[in-house]
Amino acid sequence: MSADQDDIIQIDNVFKSFGKIKALQGVSTTVKRGEVLVIIGPSGSGKSTLLRCINMLEHPDRGNIIVDGFSMMHKATDINIIRAEVGIVFQQFNLFPHLTVIENIMLAQRIVRKRKREEAKQIAEQQLKYVGIPEKADAFPHELSGGQQQRVAIARALAMNPKIMLFDEPTSALDPEMIKEVLDVMVALAKAGMTMVVVSHEMGFVRAAAHRIVFMDQGRIIEEGTPEAFFNNPREERTRAFLSKIL
Amino acid sequence: MTTVTKKIGEGRLLPVTSQLEKWPWWALGIALAAVLIVFSILTSPIYQDAFNFIREGIITTIRVTVIAYGLSLIGGLILGLGRVSKNVFFYNLATLYVEVMRGIPMLVIILYGAFVIVPLSLGLINGLGNWMVGLTPLAGLGRTLQQVDIQQVDMSGRAIAGLAMGYAAFEAEVFRAGIQSIERGQMEAARSLGMTYIQAMRYVILPQALRRVLPPLGNDLIAMLKDSSLISVLAVRDITQLGKLYRARSFRSFEAYNTMAFLYLSMTLSLSMLVKFIERKMGHER
Repeated sequence: MSADQDDIIQIDNVFKSFGKIKALQGVSTTVKRGEVLVIIGPSGSGKSTLLRCINMLEHPDRGNIIVDGFSMMHKATDINIIRAEVGIVFQQFNLFPHLTVIENIMLAQRIVRKRKREEAKQIAEQQLKYVGIPEKADAFPHELSGGQQQRVAIARALAMNPKIMLFDEPTSALDPEMIKEVLDVMVALAKAGMTMVVVSHEMGFVRAAAHRIVFMDQGRIIEEGTPEAFFNNPREERTRAFLSKIL
Repeated sequence: MTTVTKKIGEGRLLPVTSQLEKWPWWALGIALAAVLIVFSILTSPIYQDAFNFIREGIITTIRVTVIAYGLSLIGGLILGLGRVSKNVFFYNLATLYVEVMRGIPMLVIILYGAFVIVPLSLGLINGLGNWMVGLTPLAGLGRTLQQVDIQQVDMSGRAIAGLAMGYAAFEAEVFRAGIQSIERGQMEAARSLGMTYIQAMRYVILPQALRRVLPPLGNDLIAMLKDSSLISVLAVRDITQLGKLYRARSFRSFEAYNTMAFLYLSMTLSLSMLVKFIERKMGHER
């Protein structure tokens, strides 16, 4: 694979199995700096597994993943350093329930980035303002709505000043009326130039922010392209069948 | 046309009756027994004699229980972390320890600890001292270690070692269950922010797990208080040992064992109330 300076993520022929289930069967793609890539596909197609491989929450069985010039599969790479540069937002929010909102956002800044308490707090407040809920700083996660919790999760990831943000079906666990508030934050982030890899079927987000779409099925990339080309002229039969179900 | 109507409230217990049914009569029974024994201790010279003789064992029982419990918590936490560790060596070592200890009666663990493990460990310390005397920079420390003597570890110390060893295995399983009860996403979220495994455990998993295991840990404290009576086999002068001595001296079995049982019961019930109080307080928080 050519080492293009602009490619912040290079995924090269990645395989991953869970027992007998083959989640990924030779996936290759690249993500450029500032690009917003959306991965779509039916459930069980391997899209979440691929996303989780990027920050090594899942270890590929074979193949290579290079993030910002560092091979994630190489023994000498300190995965914790790379992970601090790659934020991820989960479907289930995964906020720390024993900490307040502001403490949730400060914790990793303090112990991973080694920031002083005051500095971490200031950044946390800034990020809370960015996601639109500065007044919830001292609330506990269980006192927030789903949409608010997910926005805190985004703020928690952003406070680390990541170079890449991963989103794993960030709106799937939300009530319909809360989806927009989360998508608005994501669109703003994309417009600000953040490199994003998003697993989502939210067509609102795809239309507003996606640069490129990847369609996966059965652990393989079937088709990829710009949103216009992808939705107007899908080349593959499987893509057409899938699109007819979700659109 | 006849209609069968049911009066409101028919077929239900009257409020007064159901209140009486819910009343904790068992607690009244305990309270009555307690009043009876306290009254006896205050008025009957024989009970007074028994109580004064056994009384000194209370401190020993509490001291042994508290120290052994503290040690078992430390050991249990380390073993519990081993039980959830991906490190093959650490995991198997912890599992071996837990399985062996849980399969041996506490009384046997106490005897084994007192007469096998503690002398063996001291032998090792002496051996280490002998070796260190030969090394110039460590000779001073070596001589000290050489002089550590089995006589310096009294029976209550050995009893504490045995109880702590046995209970560490139980606490290990409590900690393991607590850690495993935390959703997988918590560890993933912490690790994805760049925390190491140890940092994630320390700041995210353990604070949540410890809250969840407080009630079972409290119950184990009560269980250990009761099991501390087993150390009387080492002739440690705890409540049980002094009760036995008093009975042997006076042949007053009734008074001796009533006083003994009363002392244990009042301690375990107070502890159990404390545990329930903590549990309820935590229930409100979440």
